[in-house]
Amino acid sequence: MAAAILALMQQQLVPAGGEASLSHGMLVVVVPPADLLGAVRRLKSEFAFDLFLDVTAVDWPKRTPRFDVVYHFYSTTHLIRVRLKTRVPEAEPIVDSLVSLYGSANFMERECHDMYGIVFRGNPDLRPILLYEGFVGHPLRKDYPKQQEQPLVPYRT
Amino acid sequence: MKRTMIPIRQANAPSAAFEYFSTKKDEFVGWARKFSLFPYPFVTACCAMEFMAVSSTPYDTDRFGAALPRFSPRQSDLLMVVGTLTHKQAPVLLRVYEQMCEPKWVMAFGACATSGGFYQNYAAVAGIDKIIPVDIYVPGCPPRPETVIDAIMKLQDRIAGSRHPIITETF
Repeated sequence: MAAAILALMQQQLVPAGGEASLSHGMLVVVVPPADLLGAVRRLKSEFAFDLFLDVTAVDWPKRTPRFDVVYHFYSTTHLIRVRLKTRVPEAEPIVDSLVSLYGSANFMERECHDMYGIVFRGNPDLRPILLYEGFVGHPLRKDYPKQQEQPLVPYRT
Repeated sequence: MKRTMIPIRQANAPSAAFEYFSTKKDEFVGWARKFSLFPYPFVTACCAMEFMAVSSTPYDTDRFGAALPRFSPRQSDLLMVVGTLTHKQAPVLLRVYEQMCEPKWVMAFGACATSGGFYQNYAAVAGIDKIIPVDIYVPGCPPRPETVIDAIMKLQDRIAGSRHPIITETF
């Protein structure tokens, strides 16, 4: 089942610049950021991936497109998962928001924006969700100092 | 040669009778206060499981008068900070502490509240004593119920042995 869908995706979904593979039995599709929204729309409508599981990012400090934005979807009809990756550069870490397709993407995109500074174009509300107002930087980026604290309350002396 | 004892007293020092009654009053108030600790559990993390264990029947902190948690800081006098404190939550803890009436004591429950535990990162406060004064620290990750009972008893000893001014300068 997974192999058939992978073949179908390789045919239809993967445009120029994209690639698809199988990692530990899970479909992995890499698309350029410009094609992300279209690919997800087809995933949802044609391949019945109706459950949005997660969005997170991976920081590769030495790679030229520095960040991977990683999406996971689940299909409750085919009972399989798919992983969707897109690569964005450090200078312009912008991808399209999926809120128009999956309402549950809202909070997860806010978390990803907190932790990695990925900007989701079209997300209605990118305020901090896990961090607080006034926090400088993005703590899960590799160049954030590991022990740097930003206290809200002045410490007792 | 006969030596005469000259009492060393300052002019405005309280009399011996006053000191006697003052000390007796401290003993009495300390005895009363040490058996009426009303804890406010400021529970933030997994140490809460151990807090539930210690407040349940087998360990029975009611023997020490410290069993009934009050969920309003205005009615409580022992602040038990149970679990990791994050920077985002530190203003809340400070506010809860400031809402408590005197006399008040603070227990840092577990390794995270004591020192931050194994968290040394952007999110966690390395010990609640960076925010509020702490009277007693309970080590352990999580602490055994016996450790908590030991801490309560040590705190009771301290309450019984300390002065209890009825009117303070902050009154």
